[in-house]
Amino acid sequence: MDKTLFIDPGRCIGCQACVAACRECDSHRGRTMIHLDYVDEGHSGAAMPTVCMHCEDPVAPCAQVCPADAIPVGSDGIVHTAAKERCIGCGNCVHACPFGVPKLDLAEMLQFKCDMCYDRTSRGQSTMCATVCPTSAIFYGSYEELLADRPHARAVDIFGFGDDTIQTGCAVVVPAGREGQPVPGGYA
Amino acid sequence: MNRFRRKAQAAAPGIDDFRETGGETAAGWSTHTKDEKLVPTHCCFCGVQCGMYLRVASDGKVFGVEPRDHDINRLKLCPKGVTAYQQVNHPDRLTAPLMRENRNEPLKQVSWEVALDRVVSEIQRIQDTYGRDAFAIYSGSSMTTEKTYVAGKFARVALGTKNIDYNGRLCMVSAAAGNKLAFGIDRAANPWSDMLLADVILVAGANIAECFPVMTQYFWGARDRGAKLITVDPRETAFARTADIHVGLRPGTDAAFFNGVLHVIDRDGLIDEDFIANRTVSWSEVREVIRTYTPEKTGEICGLDPALIERVAHMWGEADKAMAFHARGIEHHIQGVGNVLSVINMVLATGQIGAPGKGYGTITGQGNGQGGREHGQKCDQLPGQRMIDDPEARAYISKVWGIDESELPGKGLTAVEIVHAAETGEIKGLFGLCNNPLVSMPSWSRIARSYDALEFHCQLDFFLSETSARADLVLPVTVWAEDEGVTANAEGRIVKHNKATEPPEGARTDWWIMCEIARRLDRHADKFNFDSPRAIFEELRVASKGGLADYHGVTYERIEETGGIFWPCPEEDHPGTPRLFEDRFYFPDGRARFNPVEWHPPAEEVDDAFPMRLTTGRTVAHFLSGNQTRRIGALVQQTPRPWVEVHPSLGFANGDPVRVVTRRGEVTYPALVVDTIRSDTAFVPYHWASPVAANVMTVDALDPISKIPEFKVCACRVEKGSEITKTPPPPVEPGKRPYTDELGPIDDDRPPTAPQGRGTAEG
Repeated sequence: MDKTLFIDPGRCIGCQACVAACRECDSHRGRTMIHLDYVDEGHSGAAMPTVCMHCEDPVAPCAQVCPADAIPVGSDGIVHTAAKERCIGCGNCVHACPFGVPKLDLAEMLQFKCDMCYDRTSRGQSTMCATVCPTSAIFYGSYEELLADRPHARAVDIFGFGDDTIQTGCAVVVPAGREGQPVPGGYA
Repeated sequence: MNRFRRKAQAAAPGIDDFRETGGETAAGWSTHTKDEKLVPTHCCFCGVQCGMYLRVASDGKVFGVEPRDHDINRLKLCPKGVTAYQQVNHPDRLTAPLMRENRNEPLKQVSWEVALDRVVSEIQRIQDTYGRDAFAIYSGSSMTTEKTYVAGKFARVALGTKNIDYNGRLCMVSAAAGNKLAFGIDRAANPWSDMLLADVILVAGANIAECFPVMTQYFWGARDRGAKLITVDPRETAFARTADIHVGLRPGTDAAFFNGVLHVIDRDGLIDEDFIANRTVSWSEVREVIRTYTPEKTGEICGLDPALIERVAHMWGEADKAMAFHARGIEHHIQGVGNVLSVINMVLATGQIGAPGKGYGTITGQGNGQGGREHGQKCDQLPGQRMIDDPEARAYISKVWGIDESELPGKGLTAVEIVHAAETGEIKGLFGLCNNPLVSMPSWSRIARSYDALEFHCQLDFFLSETSARADLVLPVTVWAEDEGVTANAEGRIVKHNKATEPPEGARTDWWIMCEIARRLDRHADKFNFDSPRAIFEELRVASKGGLADYHGVTYERIEETGGIFWPCPEEDHPGTPRLFEDRFYFPDGRARFNPVEWHPPAEEVDDAFPMRLTTGRTVAHFLSGNQTRRIGALVQQTPRPWVEVHPSLGFANGDPVRVVTRRGEVTYPALVVDTIRSDTAFVPYHWASPVAANVMTVDALDPISKIPEFKVCACRVEKGSEITKTPPPPVEPGKRPYTDELGPIDDDRPPTAPQGRGTAEG
């Protein structure tokens, strides 16, 4: 499988179609796994969706810190949502994730997170968020497919957190000239 | 080089051992059940008309949506489209007629027989007492073309009243009038796919990202191919954020701006002299007017740096291929038609129309904003975009309808005039469908007074709106998924909505209701024997034949076989007309008309008491009067309430109670403080009802030609308030439990995080 998600905040209009579409999944109806933040509050309409980045190196910090061994990582690199029969709702994964992706359902004491629409992508379909995204700010496909559509786009899948870096399965499209440099992650 | 999506190689200790719980996570499963059905249709909301599938369970109920790869939207949907299906089985649906003898009593359920008898007897009583024209129809464009066709015929043939108009009067009429004056036809000139060929695209007064989100893909696609984007808007919207040039002009100065741009284009020799000479008339009259619009004078009027005007003029004037779009931002003005013409003058003077990648279009707001204004529910038009005062058109339509031409009424009042005429007593009875003027019309208190003055008011609705809640009789109708029929999107592309489910027991289609009333009136009862939308469409095809909006060659089957058909399409072997004006414009000489426009100030200028300009518009999670979207949980959670957007220089903090005051009224909103709006301008979104309605404050001045209200500018002041005005929940049938608990935080006093709503982290 060579397809993944590319996030391009430059194209995002903050409409939340991705959020609405994520809520429609029959496995978690009414709850969104995608996050949408207005990142330049008061100064522009800039927005950015956050999906699970499916960390590869180091692999899935969320899964690594899970004391119940509840978060499966498939051989295809997909980091799944916590298995309900194993999750103890401790929240370790929430704290470990460098991107703030997993959340806890405090009523059920269970974790939930984006799993790249495994029902759809494992059957060759695109994720729901990328399918509906009006601007293709969320793009599902190979890098070659992305470049065929947007010859000038450059994506990066390495994020820097202080001296550490993390390589992810998903990538973000970066501004011109930032190719090859880690994307600054978190707050400096 | 990035290696996107490699296999995980360095599994941490313990992770591989997870397989003991059953190996790899199950793949290839689907949440779709075997016995569900996918019904192809289109969205009920805006003029983009995105294709979608509705998911229908084995019990026939609509329960979800699936993206559809239609030519218009290529699977994409906005948050309103994704959640549109949630209206179908909504607990607030009306399922029985509601009636009362006087307006002090609550509405009570009655049988259809009683309801129909009442409306028929009231029509007869009012017309017998006050004359035929005292009973008016006020219709809408968020329904299929078949329904809008029946509305026009119902008024002219069954009631014999001249007074029918539609809610495009609040939306499309300035563009329509401008297009007729310049091109002789009212339709966008190009398919949107032309944008991918353009070098420069200019968008004036259109918040594409929020009002037509899925249309954004065409603009971004053009930019991927190197096109430049110019946006003209008092607010730097999410769409304008990354534009090559953003023109943040003062509300109410659009015509001056475009005259100024054309001044520079002409001054610097960037006009297309061949095009002007061969394909247009009256250039010299425009040239005379724009001569005085120097960048300095224009900058002064518009509140802009003159250099910006020069830059826009050069970017547009030097483009090989350019396209211009506009929407309500320049049209909702007492100079709405003039504003439209000032853009068209720029397009014509540079020859940027009638070829691939060269073009122009307005963007219709409602799902059938285009189709709904083509077939005879406008006060001055008959089917096929024929003018009602054209003797040939009258003769033809009278023949199709089987009536004597002398019986066919003439031009009636326009929408806002109809409602105002209720206050003065000229209109005594009103049959309303597909609209919610108690939210959507300007200067709310006058609209409320007018509706209350009616002797009889019948309203058709599927949810009890603020308007139907005041009526004498409310007839429950179907939502879009419960009937079939065609719409024309903002490109002029005819698509078909399909029936996905049966309506709830008790609800009827709007066309059935009008036909049933017509059959019970003693006038031409035999002219309304339609048994299906298809039967209506077949008559519409004939009625439109030979008109400008010629549907004669369009069939339901052809629409389904294609990605939609662009009218005019005169015969069944005609491919339709995606791009207009390649050879000729729609005047006898085939030439386009320049129309000189002298800018003048808005109806209400600022002064010491009201020193700022108030402008109104939409936000992405809601649609028009909000009667549909204010009932959908996901959309309410995204944007629970209205706010006032103000510049930081005014000294307010985010969330402060800020009172917006105009000569008509005042509302206290939470402030959203952003530096993306002009400091002399305040913005309020208009989807909510009184007492938080933007239209509590707007001015009801009308464009003299199009009669569109000036929603986009009036004088206001903003001041520190105390209590934030509470947002009322959507009305429900008396006795029904309000659905507000499940809806979300409409009591919340906070502003959104950004104009597009609350971020998901905001709770």
